[in-house]
Parts: sequence; C-alpha cells; structure tokens
Amino acid sequence: MAHDSLYAAPPTAEAEPDAGRLATLRGLLGSWDAAIVAALVVVVLVAGLTVENFATGRNAQFLLLDLVPLTLIALPMTLIVITGEIDLSVASMVGLCSTLMGQLWLSSGLSLELICVLVVLLGAVLGAVNGLFVTGFGLPSLAVTIGTLALYRGLSFVVLGDQAVADFPADWTAAMVRNIPGTSIPVVVVPVLVLAVIFGVVLHATSAGRALYAMGNNDQAATFTGVSVARTKFWLFVASGAVCGLVGIFWTLRYASARGDNATGLELTVVTAVLLGGVSIFGGRGGLLGVLAGVLLLGVLRNALQLADVDANALTIVTGTLLIASVVLPNAVADVRARLHRRRQRQPVAS
Amino acid sequence: MSAYRRGLRVGATSLTIAALLFSATACGGTTRDDAGKDTGSGSQASGAANPDAPIKAGLKIAFLPKQLNNPYFTVSDGGGKAAVDEIKGEFKEVGPSEASASSQVSYINTLSQQGMDVIVTSANDPNAICGALNQAKTAGAKIVTFDSDTKPECRQIFVNQVTAEGIAENQVKLISEQIGGAGEVAILSATANATNQNAWIALMKEELKKPEYAKIKLVTVAYGNDDDQKSFQETQGLLQSYPNLKGIISPTTVGVAAAGRYLSGSQYKGKVKLTGLGTPNQMRQYVKDGTVDAFALWSPADLGYLATYAGAALASGQITGAEGDKFKAGKLGEYTVGKDGVVVLGPPTVFDKNNIDQFQF
Amino acid sequence: MSRTDTDVPEQTTGAAPTDPGRQRRGLGERLLAVRELSLLIALGLLVLVTTVRNDRFLSSQSIKDLLLGCAILVILAVGQTLVIVTRNVDLSVGSILGLVAFATGTLFVNAPGTPWPVALLLGIALGALCGVVNGGLIAVARVPALVITLGTLYAFRGVDYYWASGRQINAADMPPSFLRLGNQTVLGVPILFLVALVVVAAVGFYLRSYRSGRELYAIGSEPAAARLSGIPVGRRVFAVFVANGALAGLAGVLYAARFGTLDAAAGNGLELQVVAAAVVGGVAIFGGSGSAYGAALGAVLLTTIGSSLAVLRIDPFWQQAVVGALILAAIGLDRLLALRMAARLRGRSAHGA
Repeated sequence: MAHDSLYAAPPTAEAEPDAGRLATLRGLLGSWDAAIVAALVVVVLVAGLTVENFATGRNAQFLLLDLVPLTLIALPMTLIVITGEIDLSVASMVGLCSTLMGQLWLSSGLSLELICVLVVLLGAVLGAVNGLFVTGFGLPSLAVTIGTLALYRGLSFVVLGDQAVADFPADWTAAMVRNIPGTSIPVVVVPVLVLAVIFGVVLHATSAGRALYAMGNNDQAATFTGVSVARTKFWLFVASGAVCGLVGIFWTLRYASARGDNATGLELTVVTAVLLGGVSIFGGRGGLLGVLAGVLLLGVLRNALQLADVDANALTIVTGTLLIASVVLPNAVADVRARLHRRRQRQPVAS
Repeated sequence: MSAYRRGLRVGATSLTIAALLFSATACGGTTRDDAGKDTGSGSQASGAANPDAPIKAGLKIAFLPKQLNNPYFTVSDGGGKAAVDEIKGEFKEVGPSEASASSQVSYINTLSQQGMDVIVTSANDPNAICGALNQAKTAGAKIVTFDSDTKPECRQIFVNQVTAEGIAENQVKLISEQIGGAGEVAILSATANATNQNAWIALMKEELKKPEYAKIKLVTVAYGNDDDQKSFQETQGLLQSYPNLKGIISPTTVGVAAAGRYLSGSQYKGKVKLTGLGTPNQMRQYVKDGTVDAFALWSPADLGYLATYAGAALASGQITGAEGDKFKAGKLGEYTVGKDGVVVLGPPTVFDKNNIDQFQF
Repeated sequence: MSRTDTDVPEQTTGAAPTDPGRQRRGLGERLLAVRELSLLIALGLLVLVTTVRNDRFLSSQSIKDLLLGCAILVILAVGQTLVIVTRNVDLSVGSILGLVAFATGTLFVNAPGTPWPVALLLGIALGALCGVVNGGLIAVARVPALVITLGTLYAFRGVDYYWASGRQINAADMPPSFLRLGNQTVLGVPILFLVALVVVAAVGFYLRSYRSGRELYAIGSEPAAARLSGIPVGRRVFAVFVANGALAGLAGVLYAARFGTLDAAAGNGLELQVVAAAVVGGVAIFGGSGSAYGAALGAVLLTTIGSSLAVLRIDPFWQQAVVGALILAAIGLDRLLALRMAARLRGRSAHGA
C-alpha cells in the first residue's frame, strides 16, 4: 500500500477535492505509517519492560528535549522532500543562527526578544538564498545545499571564531528545560506541536499541500494545474530557514552556549528520520504523521540503547542500518506483495 | 492558482507569526546589561567532610570522555578503570563517537537516570553541559571533571593534569633551551574553542615577557583543529610564512605529531625545533631520528586514576571538594584540594631520547 | 535527487536542449574544455597571488607538499566522478577510506612481515568489497544512491569505530618501506602524486575512449533511454560503485602510508570535500557530463586554497566558507554557460531554418 502510486498523491490538485482528501486520509493511515507507528509502540513497550530507568518521567523529559531540534527541522524538510528537493544546509543554518545570536547578544546591546526575532528572520534569509539558487537559477538543490552547508558552517565560525558566548540570562535558559507544571513534559513541546499541526494542516488539508505531492510526482504536470512550482519551492526553503532560526535559538538557550560547531551533522539525522517516516526521496509520497513517528522511533531507540549501555559506536551502526532498512524494506515488501497479487490473479484462471 | 497561492502565503505568514510569537513569548525586554550576572560561587562544598571515612565499596563510577575513539582518553579511562578495580567499584565508560557537547548532555542525562555515584567527565564545552551536570548532582551523583573543566559551580572537583602555569613554564623553557634562547617561535594549537589550549597560550605569552626570554619572539598562533591533516598543512604554512622561524610549540598531541611528521620529511628537519605535548608512542620515531629534542606530557593514565580516587573520596564523604580537603589516591599518594575545587596531578614529565623508551603509552 | 529536479530549469528558463544525445555531447565537450581551462586559470591566479605575497609558496619544498597534499583527494574525486556521471553519488567514501586505512595499520601490527604490495592489494580489495555492499544495496533497493550511501557512511564508520575501539596505530608499527611510499619522491615528485596521476589518466582514458565508459554518460543523461537502447544499466552502476570503492580503498592505503598515525576517525567528513572537488571540477551533480581531468583539477584547486590560506595567514575560519562559496560559484557558472550555449544553438538552428 505504501507503494501504490495512488498513495497520498492525487494526480492533480484540482481534480475532485473530495477524492483527494480521501486519498490523503488513506495516506495518513497508510501501511508504512502504520508499520512505523507499530514499530514505535513495540520499541517503547520492549524498552519499557526490559531497560531499567526507561519508563520514568525524567527520562521522558530528557528524550523529548533531545528531540525538539530534530522534530522542528523535520517539518519543513518533509515538505521539501515531498516536492522532490532536499535541504542539506539545515544544520549549518542552525549553527550560523546560533553564533549570530551569540554575537548580537555579546555586542549589540539589543534586547534578547528582539534578537530572537532577528535570528528567525535571518534564518529565513539564509533559506531564501537556498531558494533563490534552486528556483531562480534552476540549480539542483542537492548541489546548492551541499554548497551552503559548507558556506554557512564556515560563516558561523567566522562570526564567533574561537569564542563561545554563554552568559545568557538564567531565566531564559531555564525556561527551555522547564516542564509543564505537574507533568514531565517540557514546555517547549507545546510550540513544537503547534508548528507540527500547522505544517500538517498545510500539507494534508489544503490545495497547496496537495500541490506539493503533484510537484514531487511531476513538475510539469503540477505546472499545468496552475501551481507555480518555483514560487512554492522558494517559500518552502524560506520556511526551512526560519525554522532553523528557531532551532538555533532553542539550541543556544538550552545548552546556554552559542558556538560555531553547534548542531554539526544534524542534517544526516533529519534526513534519516524523514526517510524512516516513509517519505520517498524521489518526492511525491509520504506524510507528516509517519515522519513524526520516525523521529520518535529514532529518538526512543537511541535513548533506550544508551540506557542499556550499548556502545556509541554500535549506535552509529544502528542509525545507518535503520536508514538503509527504511528504504530497502518498503521496496522488498512491495515486491513480495506484487508477486502474491499476481499469484492470486493467476489462481482463478487455473481453477 | 490564486487560491492555491493564497493558501501558501497564509501558511507562510502564519508560520512566521507563530515563529515570532514563540520567540517573543517572554515579556519585557531582556538586555545583556540587566541580565543577572551569575557570579561563579566556586564549587559547591556543602556538609562536613569526614577525613577518616573509609572508601565505600561497590561505588558506581562512570567515565564520560570528550569522545570515544580518542586514544588519549582510552588511556586515561584505562587508568580510571585500574583505580576503580582497586577500590572494588563498578566501572563504566560511555561517550559520544564525535566530540560534541550536545551528545555529552544526553549521556549525562542517561548516567543520572542510571543512578551513578560518580560521573567523571571531560567537557566539550564549559557551559553547555552545566545544566545536565547540575541535574545529575541533584539526583545524587558526584561530579569530577578532568582534562577540560566546566564552570566551577557545575562540578565538585576538577582534576587538572598540571596547572596552566606549569604547562606554560615548561613549554617555554623547553623551546628556549632548544633554540638557544633567541629567535622567532610559533604556536600550533588545537581547535580555537578549546578552553585549556587558550588558557595555556595566554600564559605562555605572559611567560615570554620575562627578561630571560626577551630575545624570543612569538610570531603567531595557528590552529590545526586537532586534525592531523590540517595540523600538517598549518605547519607547512608556518614555515613558508616565517622564513626565520626557529621553533614551534604545539601543546596538543595531534598537532605535535603532525608537525613532527612534516618536519622529519622536510628540509627543515633538525633546523626548526619542535616541542609540545605529545605521547611517547607517537613521538618516539621523531625523537630517534633527531627531529625532536624533547617534549612533555603528564601521564594520562595517572590522570584518570587520580580522578577516580577524587570521585570515590567525594562519594564516601571523605572530602566535599572544599579547599584544603585531603585524600589518598592509591599509588599516587596524598593530594590536597586547592582553590575552586582544583586538584593538580603534578608537573609534566619531559621525554627525550634518553628516557623515552621507558614509557609505553 | 529526483529526476524532476532537472526539469525545473526547463520551465523557468525556456527549453534547454533536451537531450538528443549527440548534440549534447558536442556541447558537453566544449563546456568541459572551457571548464578545465578556467580551472587552470583560477589555479594559476591563486598561485600567483599567493606567491606575490610570499615567494616561498613556489619553493620546491612547498610544491612537493602541495602535490603530496592533493594526491589522496584527487584519487577520491576521480572515483567519485565515475559515480556522479551515472547520476548517482557515493557519500560513504570517507568512511571506506577510514576503514581501509585502519585495516592496513592493523594488518601491519598483526603480521609485521607483510610486504607492502600485499597490503596495497588487500586494501583495494576491502574497498571494493565496501563498494559491492553499496552497489548491491542500490541494485536491490532501487533507491537513490544518496540514501544508501548515507546509510553506509554511518555503517562503515561505525564498524571502523567498533573495531578500533579507541586504539591508535603509530608510524612505528608500520614497516619503513611502506611509509616511504607515502613520503618518498621520484625526481622531486612524490610517489603518491604519481599514483594519483596514473589513476586520473586511466579513468580519464576509460571514460573518453571505451564504449562502456561512454555508456556511463548515457546512463547519467537519461537512465530510461539508456536502458531502452540496450545498455545494461544495473550492471554498469554496480561496477561503478565497486570501482569507486576500490579507489577509496587505494586512497585508504595511501593515507595510512602518508600519515603514519591512524585512529578510527581517519577521513571523517572527507565526502563533502570529495563531492565539492568533483562539482567544482565541472562534474554535473545530475550526471551525464564531467571528466576525470576536471575533477582532478578541482581537487588540486581545493587543496591549493587550503594551503594558500594558511600561507597568506588568512583567518583559518574562512576556509570552509570559501569552499562553500566556490561550490555555489561553480554550479552557478555551469548553469550560466549551459544557458549561453543553449541560446546560441537555438539562434543557429533558427538561422538554418
């Protein structure tokens, strides 16, 4: 099912909105999503039963806090990958936003509120640069964002050099790890969920969202439906940059440290989570629910293995294997299913 | 088309607004000037120490180095394990495969979940892991840092390999002896973020102001990022930029080995002197072929060993981390806690061609 | 990434020449000539500027260092060219290099008498084996190489870390004859660089003059069309990954010989530089064009930038930013040239008609 070509991808945005919505609904509950959610449940149960200290409130807090950056970046990344593009510069944008935040705090005398707003805008500008290269000049996003990955990371070292800025006000840094009173759920989870809902609604319940699938399947067809492919993709890259700005703020305040190497390598984890969540790297297929489950699965697995004292080196192998399995398995399943289907069709003829 | 575009624009706008709201949730304007200055109140030494308390058996002691896969930490954690075995505790070594502060935080959280008695760590960032360490402390763990410190209020004891002054004195003295007390020298450092490197460099500059070193001129500090190839390239760059360079100080194990390899294969071998902090195993070849006269290092294994005893003494109530507390560290003898909860291992060992074969690490 | 990427420019810029193979090849080759020339000019300018600031930059010692420094990157970039030309990418090269380098060191530790040619062959074989894993998974999964090799980037590195578990291998553990391979020169030219030259020449010749080499370009230009015209696409792509793995293995052995000090982190993050070298060298990231010579020049240029920044005493923090800007400039320039050429071709055919 996950690999039916119909999966969550109505051929055009206009044709029969109801059918489109149905397909989307089916997509939301499609088998890959179901499989990944099931896997998540199994992992949580097994970990809860076998790993000491896993099923505690404090652990939930640590786990959720660690997942905030990953979840946030995965939201726009999902949309971007669905349109058939990719943004590998996300972690570098987080780093650059973080160091700029540090530098502004260090030397500008502006209020932290204003700095935060500026940082988000700056993130949007960085994203716009990506968008401009991809849509304005018509360059492949893979190459462009590998370039900006290096460029932004380099600039983030230029901004602060060898320093780290750490003297952020304690009430701000404490706010990042504070729990919702009476629970062990960090407060920051709330805005993350709000953003997730916004992205989910845009992707699954608006014509713009359906157009993204159309784009991923076929740019030209999407153009014929009246969608400006270039403009849409441009704004997606801007959104990605703005979210990275937010993550930069969170990262800086949570670790109370703005430095050039913040979030290095995060892009690989984000891409892994998005693919694990069932989004096709070719574009045109996937849903936000699956991605959120993918993010959680990755996080829970790492957390549980860490608590079970599994070597960090083994964790590296697990991440790689998961990524490969997440793309190899669906194809293998689809193959098997197609074979079974064929056999079933043949049987009535034989009998 | 327009409906679609409107949808997109609404989406983008609402996203931006959400973002702005999120980032401006706290009210008022917080500027740097009115932010509460946390004054480092020194290490948290509470309760009374009982110097006669025996070391408890079965202490759970965890080592969290900057990263696994770093030979230096493999050796120092090995020393830690030896000490844990002596006091009949449970030893564990965990850590990220790449040196980043954020993954150290997640390991600290895991360790405090597991109810460790002592966490011995070397910080990738003096500030970033503080929050997590404080939480672990609240959960009952004793915190000892070694090699790279955090802010003093985040740990009970910092086991310093040597004092920064000791390093600076030692390194400047070594290079001065080798170049005959006059000429241009350069420093090849590790990453520019490294706390200890920067402290040593600052003190070396001070040291060079002394009259006996008046004829030595420090021309530059280069950064090899603790990356072999980068350090190699930087050495090469130094020699090209400064034709009169007489000596290089590289107070980092990666840098000094890379510089040694470059010099030993170049025309500058023996003419440009090199000293620094390196392990005997890495430097043996360059000492024997005449590229390097002498270099220094503390014993990383002893460092881990001492950190374990400091942690065990804390967890057993022998010491609290207050200045003047004394504890016994097995074969190393007695140590006294200094200001800000710092314990100093001792002066570095100088290695040259006469003694290098006695050391294997 | 997706095939649709390449379609984007077509509707934003009007019709680029869609692929009547032969026409494109002529075009492609002319573009390549332009690219290699411009790379040489850029390289010349860079050396000139640096030398004016510091004349030691052109001393024989410095040139030797430069050639030594770029050799490994050149080999990797050439291997990557093979892969990228077929519209794939191999991000696991840094991890393969690390794994092979550590394996080579371990071999010498455990079997001290091993002659170095044996170590060399074993290293290449191990690299090729990693390539087989990549190529096999890609053939089975039928998903972009980007994803698979991103996975094996983690996996190979993880295996390497796991195996090394914090051990380090030092120069003293390896035989001097092997280490000489990494530092010795012949007539002033480092052996390492000569090896790289042989690799460049062999791959360059293969891509240009062999039928199967040309077929790689056809696969990269339009895999579906290539399949229809009878090219065994799957087998060629598999072979390309194995070849690239073998070259990464070769690079790994040479890395061990050159650096002497080995831990499991060798070659970490190198993949970015390798892809950057190929892209700067004019290898189109979506396949179908580019040459081994261009990629090699790209690698030399990147290495030279690294050295000259150090010599010019420019803040080392700028280095990565410069590499990033260079990638953007290179792909932007390519696009511009392609548009120019397309416009000219269109003009000509309009006249003809």
